[in-house]
Amino acid sequence: MTRSPAARPGAGEDEISFGPTAATAEDPAERADLPPSPDADAAAVATIGLTKRFGAQLAVAGINLAVPQGSVYGFLGPNGSGKTTTIRMLLGLIQPTGGGQRLLGVSMPAGANAVLPRVGSLVEGPAFHPQLSGRANLARLDAADRTASPRTAAARIEAALDRVGLLAAAGKRYRAYSLGMKQRLAIASGLLQPRELMILDEPTNGLDPQGTREVRALIREIAADGTTVFVSSHLLAEVEQICSHVGVMRAGELVFQGTLEQMRGRGAARILVRTAEPALAAQVLSRLGLADVTVDGREVTAQLGSQAPETVCAQLVHAGVPVAGLDTPRASLEDLFVELTGEGFDVNG
Amino acid sequence: MSTADVADVAGPDAPADRRGGQLAAAAAWLRLLRSELGLVFGRKRNLALLLVLAAVPLLLGSVLKVSPLQPGNGGGNGEPAFLTQVTGNGVFLAFLALVVESTLALPLAVAVVSGDAIAGEANRGTLRYLLTVPAGRTRLLGIKFAAIVAFCVAACLLVSAVAVAFGAILFPVGPVTLLSGTAVSLGSGLLRLLLVALYLAAALAALGSIGLAISAFTEHPVGAIAAILVITVASEVADAVSQLGPVHPYLPTHWWLSFDALLRVPVAWPDLGHGLLSFGVYVVIFGSIAWAKFTTTDVTS
Repeated sequence: MTRSPAARPGAGEDEISFGPTAATAEDPAERADLPPSPDADAAAVATIGLTKRFGAQLAVAGINLAVPQGSVYGFLGPNGSGKTTTIRMLLGLIQPTGGGQRLLGVSMPAGANAVLPRVGSLVEGPAFHPQLSGRANLARLDAADRTASPRTAAARIEAALDRVGLLAAAGKRYRAYSLGMKQRLAIASGLLQPRELMILDEPTNGLDPQGTREVRALIREIAADGTTVFVSSHLLAEVEQICSHVGVMRAGELVFQGTLEQMRGRGAARILVRTAEPALAAQVLSRLGLADVTVDGREVTAQLGSQAPETVCAQLVHAGVPVAGLDTPRASLEDLFVELTGEGFDVNG
Repeated sequence: MSTADVADVAGPDAPADRRGGQLAAAAAWLRLLRSELGLVFGRKRNLALLLVLAAVPLLLGSVLKVSPLQPGNGGGNGEPAFLTQVTGNGVFLAFLALVVESTLALPLAVAVVSGDAIAGEANRGTLRYLLTVPAGRTRLLGIKFAAIVAFCVAACLLVSAVAVAFGAILFPVGPVTLLSGTAVSLGSGLLRLLLVALYLAAALAALGSIGLAISAFTEHPVGAIAAILVITVASEVADAVSQLGPVHPYLPTHWWLSFDALLRVPVAWPDLGHGLLSFGVYVVIFGSIAWAKFTTTDVTS
């Protein structure tokens, strides 16, 4: 049940909750075509303090999503971190217990009938009538759409099937479809109309590498048409190549939101020195106050902290270290993702 | 053709005036209803149910042909009156079949269709896709109920038609002698049969509204179907216990067999009126419950 408007966080709180994002957003935007701090009204998806509590369990803990128009937004997080619950709230399938959400500037779920025809979606895996063919299943969903013209239905259904490469299997019963075909049919159901926003929940789940690549290519195509794509995944690697923005969920909280570049920038910068005298180099780095100095063969790495790499280099050379190579490697996105979500074993203690 | 091209074609369809809007909404409603009817009447399970319903008059007719009942054999309360008349007039096979099937076969078929209405879609996960289309929750519920009503009407008419056809083959057909002893023409008799079938369909639709409400509360269609059958049987048992007399008029199944009022001259309208009022009240109450639940529930399936 949506609470009274008074219970919604005001503008002030809003700013506070956007804090972590706002801090990173101060960096000059890497992509000129994207607004650095998206206006909530112009955003394709905007939530304020969106919360869902199932009994004692807090599934989604007051998240503030801001998905800019035209972006491909990767909604990441391990299984059970609240991604699907959030998506179900966005689409009006479940009622938030707190906060609110807007799709394409329209308040949900009140404006569902007005805005959902402009939104294509795939929620928690494909689900169709097994006794019907793929084509008949799409016809069923099209018949449910008040805004769809029955005269163009057949042509639109064929076009959607063609787009996901299911035309040849369109007459087969859904029961006989492979998992990849089922997934593609679900995506096709989102393509029956031109959409301004596609919400895809784990579209590559259960697909083989080839199928994953196909879905990725399809998402790229959809995005190239100007459609905003909101795609969730528990695997960063699956969406990393196509996303312009990411939001990372952990135990119901949005622990990071920003552009992919901003996420990369979050990784603690390190310095790597290749030298014939690693011991001496390590000594110099320690003297300069760099933390976490590690020697590995002929390579010495340390956390750069606030030091500029050129200063460190000058100091090394000055101390007589024969510098064969110097690099400032960034932590991989996968590492950052794992760090954010706390998944797996933290070997660095 | 790309989807964008098609959308341009769809553009001029957007209705400008309010009347046009209502027409478009009605057309869209009918389109989804047609899709729903296609699903209900296209499912093998539902077709098998209809087949069983249609087989009952064949069985009854055959049995009565082989060993006709003598008048007086069947006791004296209501139903057996049809039994003895079937061999004299094939049309009565239809009344007999409707009476026999109204205790379990017809309620079972309606339980399956209505219990599956929401719970089946929820169980398969298709409900979330319908709702994100968006089909509209109230609209979808209305269409589900309309399809249940259509199934009830189809089932009763099917049983009647098969029974009349088979009765005409096995037994003589002619002017129909009603329960009140008056003889009416065959045409008038068939018209009364049609009204009986529609009355029973209304009774079953009331049961269907209970089924729809139960269906909105669960994701397990089999559970919903079982619950509806339990309610039907419990109501029939309670209706048979004379100590519960004061409760009888309020039971969902109490007025089902009041259609014999249509087989008298003059027609006993008060009984029919009571029955139809009872069905209407059940539809309103359980329709409201189904609506209140379905329009606010979290769809997590």
